[in-house]
Formats: sequence, structure tokens, C-alpha cells
Amino acid sequence: MSGLKRGSVAVVGAAESDLGQVAPHTSPVDLMAQATMRALDDCGLKLSDIDGVFSAATQVRTAPMTLAEYLRIKPRFFDGTIIGGSSFMAHVAHAQAAIEHGLCEVALIAYGSTQRSVSRAAASPRERNPYEDPYRPFMPTSAYALAASRHMHEFGTTREQLAEVAVAARQWALLNPKAWEKEPLTIEQVLNARMVSYPFTVRDCCLVVDGGGAVILTSAARAKSLKKKPAYVLGVGEALGHATISNMPDLTVTAAAESGPKAFGMAKLKPSEVDMISLYDAFTITPILFLEDLGFCPKGEGGRFVSGGAIAPGGKYAVNTSGGGLSYCHPGMYGLLVIIEAVRQVRGECGQRQVKNCEVSLAHGNGGVLSSQCTVIFGSESAL
Amino acid sequence: MPDLMKQSPFGAYLEHLKKGELAYQVCSDDGTAVFFPRAVAPRTGSTNLEWRVSKGLGTVYATTVVYAKDQPPQNVALIDIDEGFRMMSRVEDVDPLQVKIGMRVKFRVHPGDEKQPPYPVFTPAGGEK
Repeated sequence: MSGLKRGSVAVVGAAESDLGQVAPHTSPVDLMAQATMRALDDCGLKLSDIDGVFSAATQVRTAPMTLAEYLRIKPRFFDGTIIGGSSFMAHVAHAQAAIEHGLCEVALIAYGSTQRSVSRAAASPRERNPYEDPYRPFMPTSAYALAASRHMHEFGTTREQLAEVAVAARQWALLNPKAWEKEPLTIEQVLNARMVSYPFTVRDCCLVVDGGGAVILTSAARAKSLKKKPAYVLGVGEALGHATISNMPDLTVTAAAESGPKAFGMAKLKPSEVDMISLYDAFTITPILFLEDLGFCPKGEGGRFVSGGAIAPGGKYAVNTSGGGLSYCHPGMYGLLVIIEAVRQVRGECGQRQVKNCEVSLAHGNGGVLSSQCTVIFGSESAL
Repeated sequence: MPDLMKQSPFGAYLEHLKKGELAYQVCSDDGTAVFFPRAVAPRTGSTNLEWRVSKGLGTVYATTVVYAKDQPPQNVALIDIDEGFRMMSRVEDVDPLQVKIGMRVKFRVHPGDEKQPPYPVFTPAGGEK
């Protein structure tokens, strides 16, 4: 049991920073600050209302401290948990705990990255590992490719099925004016693109762009008085699996199989009751693994589950409606943008790509090399 | 008992490699194989870690091929070693795309160079598992 109370807090403000390729010398904290002011504007709160700061970034080791300095705010509570791209789902859970316990009342979660501008190698230097480095894997890509090889071996998943994930993401991205990619994509184009780490071509891999975001959380009671419809936090689940791919016990099962049931248990919901699914798609294999591990389909069925346009616009399941890390935006630790799309869907503000009657959305974050897995379930007022 | 003032776990592992040996540890409290080498055993927390030398036979658990710019494609694999531990390595002497899950492989030492100390690689041993 998580000990947290279903629906006790809500996301009240959500915004991206500028995305894509920002001007030279823009700092990751410039993007965090820009997104913070947009998220505050989204809910009608002021900078001085923020008394909790949650942040993580690969380019800013002391992110909560650095952001607090930039904004000249003095948070009562702060948390710089950094476990890769799922850090922000963990921040939602930690912010909920802090708000429930009166440690803060208005929590800011912020992220920024300029990895396209400064290069991925500069934005996210690898930690040395003498047991993996001699083989020169492309990290993190090769780790996910190893997992894909195992899934293909055990369950007959095909490269075409992996490509379906990229094609669906692209189709959603074409409905999102903020998406980086603007041109259609076919399965053949994915398969015939430049090979990076077999079975992945460059089209099986997420974008490398600049970007950031911010969300504001507060208590359910206070949320009701603010500008927009609250996105209540119905459930959260956090899990650590491993850190390095060499130490992942079963490459076909992620710790989402722990974080998902925790979040669903707290939310008192079943996967079939989720209207929109926001999954961290660093590589085409990841939504397949998470659909299985979170209980949307049986283990091993993910490849068949996504086939035939099932997760594309007009398909059976609304997955990654923003276009995902594959086609919308992937600034390095993409989890906060996964959350923002899930929030916008339950608020009903997604325009052309809006899922009809979206009352419950799920945001699932992945960090490292399938290492940390954190799940947040959001609901509208009618889902409370 | 590892004494970190005298030798690191990686340092001990490397000494074995220089002798042509693939070393791993066994936790004498619960008998499980431990890899990567550590100062403290996982789960038990024991410092009773005994060094053993592997027979050097294993099975490919997962495999990929890395396409670096201006370099021939190279294999990267996870190998399940018969003594009960898994490690990352490379299968050599075969087209990297022909490295298959289940393939039996045998250890040898890659000598490395000035920047890279010796490290374990594998070659096909014949057969599948």
C-alpha cells in the first residue's frame, strides 16, 4: 500500500517550455523557468505561491537548488530525485506525500534540457562501467535493442510490429502543432532507415531535441478554486528494477509490472477503465513492454496488440496522443512531457487529437535502461 | 574478505583476466554466484565473497549489433555463464548478425590496448541451448 490518498492532490497547471531547437546558449534552467511561468499562468497562481520545488535534469546536478536561485524563491520543501526519465512521476508521488503532510502546499515540478543544442554526449555524459564499456554499446539504445532481441526471440515479435509503434506515434504527431516531426512515416521507411543497433533503425529511436516543462500541483481542496479543471492524482506507483542492462533479471519484464499494480490499486481502477495511455516511448519496444507490464495486454502479446494501427489515431487504444518521444519531443528525460499530455487529455484541451470523454489517463515513466518505472493515474472530477 | 585499502573488486577481476581467467565471486553465505564483482554480496550483505574461475562456457541470452560511423558493425551480447551469472560481452569470429540467442559460446581474453585493459570476449563453441 502506498499510504497516499486517492484524489488528495491535483495537477492544476501544466506547460511545455519552447521545444525543438532553442537559441544558442539558452540554459536548461531558462527552459525550466519559462515553463514554470507558463504553468503558473495556466492555473492562475503566482511565483510566490510555490513552496515546494521538485526538479531533475542531467545538465543541472542540483536542479531544485539551481532553479530556486534562478526564480529567487525559498521553497519549504524540495526534492531532486533523479532516476532518469521517470523522475517526474516519482516527483508527483513525492509531492503528493508532501502536500498531504502539510510540508508544502503548492508544488512545482520542472525540467529542462538543451541536448540538441549542446549534443547528447555533452548533455548526458555516461557513467563509466568497466564491465560494459569495452564492448562500446550505444547507450541507452543498445540496452533497449537487447531487450527487443529477447522479446522477438521469446514471443515472435517482429520488426514490422516495432515499426507500427513509430508509425502510430507519427500519425498522432501530425495532429499536434507542437510536434517536432511534420511529415508522414510508413512502416517501410522505418525498416529501411539507417540501422543504429539491431533491430533498431534511427526511426525506432526517440528524437534528440531541446525542451522542458513544468507542472503545478496542489491539494484537491485548493485545486477547485483555480482556473482550469483539475487533473486529480488517483494513483501513483514507483519501482526500481536495476541500473545496468547486464543486471536486468528478465529483459522482457520491467518494473512497470510493480509500479502499475501499485498505481491501479491506489486508484481502485482497472486497465480497461483508462481512456488514454501516455507511455514513455524512448524506443519502439518500450510501449510494447509497458502495455504488457501495466496489464493492457498479456505478456508477449504487445507486438500483436499494437498491430494494424491499433494505437494510431482512430485505432482501438489512444496511446501517446502527443506523438510521443518518437515524433513529438524527447529532450532526454521525457517523463514530464508524458505527464503533461495525460493531464491535458483529462482536461479535454487537446484539440484535434482529443480523446472523446477522456475521464481517466495514465502516465507511465521509464528511466535509465528500462531501470526505473513510475506510473501516475489522473482523473477528471467525474472519475473521483 | 575484501580489503578495499589493498585491492578493489575490479582490480582482483583484472588480475585474473591478465592470467587468461574469467573470474567471478561466490557468496559463501548463500552459495550464489556474484557478478559484477563486489565488496559486499547482494541480498545477504555478506563480505564472505570467494573468488572462483569460470570454465568459460556460456549461452547467448540477448544480442544486438552496433553500427558505429566509419566502423564495421560489432556485436554486443548478454551471455549467461554456466556457473550462474550473466555478463555483457561480444561474440567474435562470426558475422555479428549471425550471433543468435541460445548459441553456445566460449570465453577468451581480448588483450585490450594502452587505454583499455584486457577484457573478456566470446567465440562460438558449437551448438545451441
